[in-house]
Amino acid sequence: MENFIIQLLNGLVASMLLFIMAAGLSLIFGQMNVINLAHGAFYLLGGYIGLSVVRRFDNFWLALIIAPLIVGGLGVIIEYLFLRRLYGTHRHLDQVLFTFGLALVASDLIQWNWGAYVESVAPPTLLAGHIPVFSLTFPIYRLSLIGFGLLLALALWLFLERTRLGAIVRAGVSDAQMVSGLGINIHLVFAGIFALGTALAALAGVVGSPIRPLYPGLDFEILILTLVVVVVGGLGSLQGAFFGSLLIGMADTFGKAYLPEFSLFLIFAVMAVVLLIRPAGLFGLKENGQ
Amino acid sequence: MTSLTEQMGLSTWLGQKRVKLGLIIMAVILALIYPYVSSLYFLSLAIEVFIFAIFAMSLDLLLGYTGLASFGHAAFLGLGGYILGYISSRSDLALNLTSNILITLPLVIIGTALIAFIIGFFALRTSGIYFLMVTLAFAQMLFSIAIRWSGITGGSDGLAGVARPVIGLGSFSYEFSSRPSFYYLVLFFFLLSWWLLRRIVNSPFGWTLRGIRENEQRMKALGYNTFRFKMAAFVIAGTFAGLSGMLLVQFFRHAAPGNLYWTMSGQVIVMLIVGGTGTLIGPILGAMVIRLFPLFVSSYTERWELLLGLLFILFVLFAPKGIMGFLGVKPSTLLTQEKRPSG
Amino acid sequence: MSLLTVTNLTKHFGGLAALASVSMTVEVGERRAIIGPNGAGKSTFFNLIAGELLPTSGQVQLEGQDITKLPVNERANLGLGHTFQRNNLFLGLTTFENVYLAVQHHQGITKNIFKPAGQFSQVTAQTTEILQRVGLLEQQHEVVSTLAYGQQRALEVALALATEPKVLLLDEPTAGMSPAETTEMAQLIENLPHSLTMMIVEHDMDVVFSLANKITVLHYGQKISNGTPAQVRADPIVQEIYLGAGYNENVSK
Repeated sequence: MENFIIQLLNGLVASMLLFIMAAGLSLIFGQMNVINLAHGAFYLLGGYIGLSVVRRFDNFWLALIIAPLIVGGLGVIIEYLFLRRLYGTHRHLDQVLFTFGLALVASDLIQWNWGAYVESVAPPTLLAGHIPVFSLTFPIYRLSLIGFGLLLALALWLFLERTRLGAIVRAGVSDAQMVSGLGINIHLVFAGIFALGTALAALAGVVGSPIRPLYPGLDFEILILTLVVVVVGGLGSLQGAFFGSLLIGMADTFGKAYLPEFSLFLIFAVMAVVLLIRPAGLFGLKENGQ
Repeated sequence: MTSLTEQMGLSTWLGQKRVKLGLIIMAVILALIYPYVSSLYFLSLAIEVFIFAIFAMSLDLLLGYTGLASFGHAAFLGLGGYILGYISSRSDLALNLTSNILITLPLVIIGTALIAFIIGFFALRTSGIYFLMVTLAFAQMLFSIAIRWSGITGGSDGLAGVARPVIGLGSFSYEFSSRPSFYYLVLFFFLLSWWLLRRIVNSPFGWTLRGIRENEQRMKALGYNTFRFKMAAFVIAGTFAGLSGMLLVQFFRHAAPGNLYWTMSGQVIVMLIVGGTGTLIGPILGAMVIRLFPLFVSSYTERWELLLGLLFILFVLFAPKGIMGFLGVKPSTLLTQEKRPSG
Repeated sequence: MSLLTVTNLTKHFGGLAALASVSMTVEVGERRAIIGPNGAGKSTFFNLIAGELLPTSGQVQLEGQDITKLPVNERANLGLGHTFQRNNLFLGLTTFENVYLAVQHHQGITKNIFKPAGQFSQVTAQTTEILQRVGLLEQQHEVVSTLAYGQQRALEVALALATEPKVLLLDEPTAGMSPAETTEMAQLIENLPHSLTMMIVEHDMDVVFSLANKITVLHYGQKISNGTPAQVRADPIVQEIYLGAGYNENVSK
C-alpha cells in the first residue's frame, strides 16, 4: 500500500513533466497546425543549458529562467527565418519535415557541445531532502514538481480562457485577415506561440534534469512519449494534454513498477485503445491536421 | 534551376520514352558488370544502396502515391530483419532453422504483412499528422519490444551470427557466400521490387492510390472504400520494407534494434524528399545520395549527421520536389501525351 | 415504389433545426429542383441524402432500401451520385485521370494491381466518351488545377455522371459562374438523357424553370411547397417568400 502511494506520487511527477512538454507541443499545433518534431531536442537543449548554468553559477533558479529564455528566443529566430517560409495551404508536411531536419541537426549539435555523457543535475538546496510518507520517504523536489505542474496548468488555462490572445489561440484562428481585423498581428502571434511552446519544452528540460539524467537520445525518447500523450489526449487541447499526460504518466510509472517487461507495451496499448474508440483523441477538437 | 534544365531541354529529353528505356538498360548493364570493376568496399556500398532503394521505394508507395506520411516505416525494415535473424541466426537465442531463402522469404513476407495489417488497422483510422504520430509510436513500440524482450531478440545486442543466405531446392543448393554473389542476389531483388512496384503504381489500383492522395473525400463520393485501398497499400509497402530488412540483415549478418529506431524511419524520409516523391526513380536516387553521402563528407568532418540534417532542411525549404523536381522530371501520367501542353 | 423516398428528415446543428421533418418522393425520370432562399436548408437536405451528413432523425430510402445510415461510398455504389457545391476534384491529376478514376471504379477494375491502367480499353473509351459529352476532351491532358473555373465545374458534373447513377444529385452546378457559363452548364444538364433521374439544388431561377419538371420549395428548414413548375409558380406562399419578403433569387449571384 505504501509502495503504491509512492508510485502514485511518482506517476504524478512523470505526468506533470509530460504535461509541460505536451502543452507546448499542443499549443504550437493548435495555432500553427505544425507538429514540432524538434520538441524533444528543445527539451534536451533546455536541460543542457540548465546544466551549464548550474555548473557555472551554482544556481538552479537562474537556470530555470535562462534556459527557457534562450530556447524561446531560438524558437522566435527559427520561426522567423524558416517556418514562416513554409506557411501555406499545401505545405504542412514540409513544415513537419523541416522540424524533423531541425531535430537531427539540433541533436548532433547538442552532442557536439555537451558530449555523449550521462549528466545529472542536483536539485536546488531549498528543495533538497526528503519528507516522510508513512514509513517511507519521498524527495521534496519531486513533490514540488507536482505542485509546479499544477500551477503551470492553471496559468496556461487562465491565459487561454481569460485573455484575448488566448481566445485567438484557443480558436486556432489562423486567418491573417480576420486576426488583423481584431488589431493583432498574426505573425507576432505565430512567433509568440512558437516561442512559448519551445520555452515550455526547455522548462521541462530544466525541471526534469534532477529526475531524468540528460544524455544524447533522451530527446527522441521524450518526444515519443509526448507524441503518445497528444495522440491520446487530442491535439490542440489543453485538457487533452493534461489528462493525456496523467494517463500516460501513470501507465508508464505503474507499468515500470509492476510489469517492467511490458511497461512500454502498456503505454502503446492505451494509445491503441483510445484510437479505436476516439481516433481524434479523448479531447480532440480536430479530426486531423492535414 | 528547373527552368535552367528545361531551357537546356534536359527534362524534355529525359521525358522521352526511348531515352528513359535507354537509360534504364544502360544502368542495368552497368549494375551487372559492376562487381568486375569495383573494389570490395565499393561493392558493399552498392549493396547497401540497392537495399535502401527497395526500402525507400516501398515508403514512396505510401508517402508519394497514397499521401500517407508514415514516420514509422523502419518498423517493417526491422521486423523483416528480426524474422530472418530469428530463423537463421546461429545465436543460442534463435531457432537456427534454415537460411534457405525459399523458406525465409515467404516467412518474412507473411510476418511483415501480418504486422502491417495490425498496425494499419489502428493507424489508418487516423490521417494527416495523427497518422504520422501513430505510425511513429508503433514503430517505437516494436523498438522497445526488441530491446526488452531479450530472450528472443537479444536485447540491445540484437541477433548476431546470421547465416549466409542459401538457395536450395531438392538436391540443388547454392550459398551466396562471396560478396559478388550476394551483390547479384540483392540486385535481383532490387530489380524485381522495382518492376513489381512499377506495375503496381501504374495499375488501376495504383491510380486509386493517387486519387486518395489528391482527394479522399471525392474518392468516397465516387464509391471507393478508401480504407481498404489504404490498408492494401500499407501492407504492400510493409512487405517490401520487410524484404529490404531481410536483405540488410543477411548482408550485415546481424539483426540490430537500430534498424527499428525512428532515426531509420527518418532517414528513409530524407531519402524520399531528397530524391523526389511520387516517382520510383526518385527514391532510388535518394537512397544513393544518402547512403553515399558519408563518403563525400566524412573526410572533411566527423559531423556528417549534422550535414545530412542540413542537406535535408535545404531540400525541404528550397527543393521540396527533390532531385527529380530539380531535373524537371514530372510524375508519369495515365495516357501518354501526343503533344505536350505548353508551359 | 418511388426511386427516392425521404421521410421526416430532420437535422439539428446544436440547438438549431437546419431541417425540420421534410418528406418527399422522387420518381424515376423525374428532374426535381430544390429551391428556397438562403439558409432554407437546401444544402443540408442535399448532404443528408448524399450521405456527407447524418440526420438527427428521419429516413432516406433508395428503391425501398433504407440508406439513412450508410456511408457515402456505399450510397454511391447503390446508385446515388452527387456533385459538390464547391469544386472538389483531384486537382493534381489531369482531366482524363479525374474521369478515369470515376469510370474505373464503376467498371470494377480497381482490384487489378498489375495491368497498366491505360490498357483497359473499355475504361479509357468510356472516359473519352464522358469527356466529350461534357466538352472537356480538348483539356484531357491538362492538370485540373490549371483549368478555368467553368471547366472545373463541368468536370464536377462529369465525375458524378461517370458513375452512371440512378439518381444524380447536383449541388448548385452553376454556383459562381458567369451568365455565359451558366447557359452552357444548363445546356449540358438539359442534354443529359431524360431517363436519368436528377435532383438539383439551384439558385438560378431561369435554370430551375428550364430544367425541372418538379420543384420542392424549402423555407427555414421546412417544406412549404411541392409540385410542377406551374403549380409552384402559382403558389401564393412561394410568391410571398420570393417577392413579398423582398427576396429576389433571380438576381442572386
